Amino acid sequence: MLKTFLIGIKDVRLAFRDRAALTFMLAAPFVLTLGLGLVTGRFSGNSGSGISDIPVAIVNLDDGQLGQALVDAFNSPELADLTEPTFPSDPEAARRLIDEDQAAAAVIIPAGFTQSIIPQASDFESAQPEVVQIEVYTNPERPTSAGIIKAIVDEFISRVEEGRVGGEVSILQMLVSGRITPEQAEDAGNAMSQRLQDEPMTNEAAITLNSSTADGQAVEFDALAYIAPGMALMFLMYTVSYGGRSILAERTQGTLPRLLVSPTSSAQILGGKIFGIFLTGAAQMLILIGASSLIFQLKWGDPLGVVVLVLAAVFGATGWGMFITATARTTAQVANVGSAMMLIFGALGGSFVSLEQMPVFVQAISKITPNAWALNGFTTLGLGGTLADLGTPITALLIMGASLFAVSVYLFGKKDLAQK
Amino acid sequence: MSNILEVKNLVKHYGDFQAVKGVSFNIEEGEIFSLLGPNGAGKTTTISMLSTLYTPTSGAATISGHSVTREPMAVRQVIGVVPQDLALYEDLTARENLIFWGQMYDLSGKALTARVDEVLEQIGLTDKANNRVKTYSGGMKRRVNIGVGLLHKPKLLFMDEPTVGIDPQSRRAILDTVKALNKQGMTLLYTTHYMEEAEELSDRVGIIDHGELIAIGTQKELTHQVGESETLVLHVGENDDSEALALALNGVAGVIKAEATDHEVSVICPEAEDVLAGVVTKANERGIKIRSIDIREPNLEAVFLHLTGRALRD
Repeated sequence: MLKTFLIGIKDVRLAFRDRAALTFMLAAPFVLTLGLGLVTGRFSGNSGSGISDIPVAIVNLDDGQLGQALVDAFNSPELADLTEPTFPSDPEAARRLIDEDQAAAAVIIPAGFTQSIIPQASDFESAQPEVVQIEVYTNPERPTSAGIIKAIVDEFISRVEEGRVGGEVSILQMLVSGRITPEQAEDAGNAMSQRLQDEPMTNEAAITLNSSTADGQAVEFDALAYIAPGMALMFLMYTVSYGGRSILAERTQGTLPRLLVSPTSSAQILGGKIFGIFLTGAAQMLILIGASSLIFQLKWGDPLGVVVLVLAAVFGATGWGMFITATARTTAQVANVGSAMMLIFGALGGSFVSLEQMPVFVQAISKITPNAWALNGFTTLGLGGTLADLGTPITALLIMGASLFAVSVYLFGKKDLAQK
Repeated sequence: MSNILEVKNLVKHYGDFQAVKGVSFNIEEGEIFSLLGPNGAGKTTTISMLSTLYTPTSGAATISGHSVTREPMAVRQVIGVVPQDLALYEDLTARENLIFWGQMYDLSGKALTARVDEVLEQIGLTDKANNRVKTYSGGMKRRVNIGVGLLHKPKLLFMDEPTVGIDPQSRRAILDTVKALNKQGMTLLYTTHYMEEAEELSDRVGIIDHGELIAIGTQKELTHQVGESETLVLHVGENDDSEALALALNGVAGVIKAEATDHEVSVICPEAEDVLAGVVTKANERGIKIRSIDIREPNLEAVFLHLTGRALRD
C-alpha cells in the first residue's frame, strides 16, 4: 500500500515538472475558459458575476392574453437583470437583429397563439383551432445566452400547457354534464387565461425555477459555471491519457523493468500508476477550480458536492486513460488516441455546446463520456444544487470507472510489461 | 566458499528463436564472474531471467537458495540490478531518484537518508545531488544508474554492460567502483563484450555465444585452451582485402588460424617470431601493405577466436 502511494506521488511530481504537460493540464483550459468567457460577455458586464442583460428581440403578433403574458414575463422585475428585451416591428426585423449579432435570440409569438391554447365559445361548435407555435430564433454565436432565452420560453409554454390541459378537461366535463353553457365556458377560459397570465408574474421568473440555494438565497446562472468545468473536464482527458502513456513510457525507458526486479509486486506498481493518474487529475481539477474561483469569482456551488464530483469525474476519466493504455502498444498510440478522445469527448460531453442543444442521438452517445455526467453535476451545483442532488452523475461516473478498470486490468494481465 | 548463484540448463525461447540454450554455471560468494560475449549472445536475457524479470522457458536457477521462478520476491531482496540502459527518472534529481528507488527496496526514514548520502559519496555525485538527472553527462547518469543498484547493499549485483557508450574516464571510474564493491564483499555478475574489462575484473569468466556458454573458467584456464599460442595482429590499409589475406595466411606453415576483421587480420600461432617472415611475404605477394603489427600474448580474445572462429567485436 505504501509503495503504491509512493509510486503515485512520484508520478504526480513528474507530471507537474513536465512543462508541456502543465501547458495542457492547466494553462490551456484556463486560457480557453478566459477566452470563452470573453466571447460570451462574461467579463464585460458590470454585475460582477453571472450573465446579465441578454439582448432579446420580442415580436408579439398575438392579440390575446397569453402573448401579452409572455411579453410581460420578459419585462418582469424578476428578469430585469437577466434580459434586455427590445420590440422590433415585425419578425423579419427581429431575425435581422440576430443575424447582425445584436441580440442573442428572437422570440416571435405568432398571431392566434392565445386562441390556439384557449378555445373561444365559437370553437366548441366548429373545428378545433389550428395549433400555432412560438418561434425562438437563436444566435449561434451566443449559445449560452440563447439557451437561457429558450429555457425561459420553454418554461412559460410548459406552465401554459399544464394550465390548458387541466382547464380544458375541467371545462369539457362541465359542458358535457350540462352544468355550464358554452357562454359560461368561454368566461371560465378567459378567467383561467388571466390566472396563467398572472402566474409567471407573481411567482419566480421561469429561468430561476431551480436557482435558489438550500437557505433560500437566489443564485444567478453564470455562463462560466458551464464553460469552466467544460474546459477543465476536456483537458482532464488529456491528463489521464498522459498518465496512461507514462506506463508505456516507463517500460520503454527501463524504469518499469527496474521496478519489476525490485521487491515490489506488479499489483503495487499498476496500482501506483493508477493512483498517480488519479492524483494528477484531481490536482489539476482542484487547481483549476481554485484558480477560477479566485480570479473569475466563479461560484462552483456546494464545496462538498464539488469535491466529491471532482473525485468521481477523475475516477471515471482515469478508467478511460487506463483503457486506452491497456489497448495500445506504444506511447505514440496512446498520445494519438488520447488527443482524439479529449476532443471527441469534449464535443460529445458538452464542453463546447450545451448538450441540450444537441440532437437526441448525440445526447444518448454522450453518456459514455465522463464529461457529460460531470458537466451535468457541475451545472446542478452551479444552479444551487448540493451533493444530495448529484446521485445520478456520481453513480454513473463510479460505474464507468469501475467497469473500465476491470477491463483494463484484464487486458494488462495479457500484456508483457517486462518487455521493452 | 559456497555458491550464491546456481544455474542449471537455463533456456529462453521467443517463439522459434532460442535466445539462451541450456546455460549452466555457478557463482561463488565474493567473486566477480563475467559473462563475455558479443552483442546478441544472450547475456542480457540470461541476467533478465536470473533477476526474475523474464520467466525461463525451462531450467532452474537459485540465488542464496531461493528459486528465481518460485520465490521471486525473496530473490529480489538479495540481488541488485544495474541494467544496460539507463533506468532513471530524468526529471527527478539524483537524490530524488535514489530516495524513490530506496523506498522501493523497503528503506525508509533516517536509514534511507543516510544510505542515499553514502551512495552519492560512493558515486562521486554529492555536490550535484540536487540537480535533475537530465542535466547530467552520460557518465554521471551511468554512475547514478549504478548507485540505484547499490542502495540496499545487495549480496549479488548484476551489472549488464555498464560501460557501453561512455568516455574512458567514466569507464575507469566504473571499473574501479566494481573492484571496490567486490573488496567490500559484494559478489558480482558482470556482462561485457569488452575483453579487457573481463580480463581486468574477473575471477572467472564465462564465454557466451549464440545463447550457449561455450567456455568457463579463470582467465588462465581459458587461455590454456588455446595452448601457449600468441596472436599476431596485422593492421592493413583501408582498401586492402583483409579477407583474402586471412585466407592466404591459413596456408602458411606455423599458422594455427587466421581471421579478418575491419582492416585487421588476427593470426594465431605458437610463436609469432617464427611465422612473421612468412606472413609478411604473403602480404607482399598479394600487394597488401602492412601498416603495423602487434604481437599479443594469449588472451580471451584469442580464446573466443579459437572457440568460435570469429572475433569478439564481429
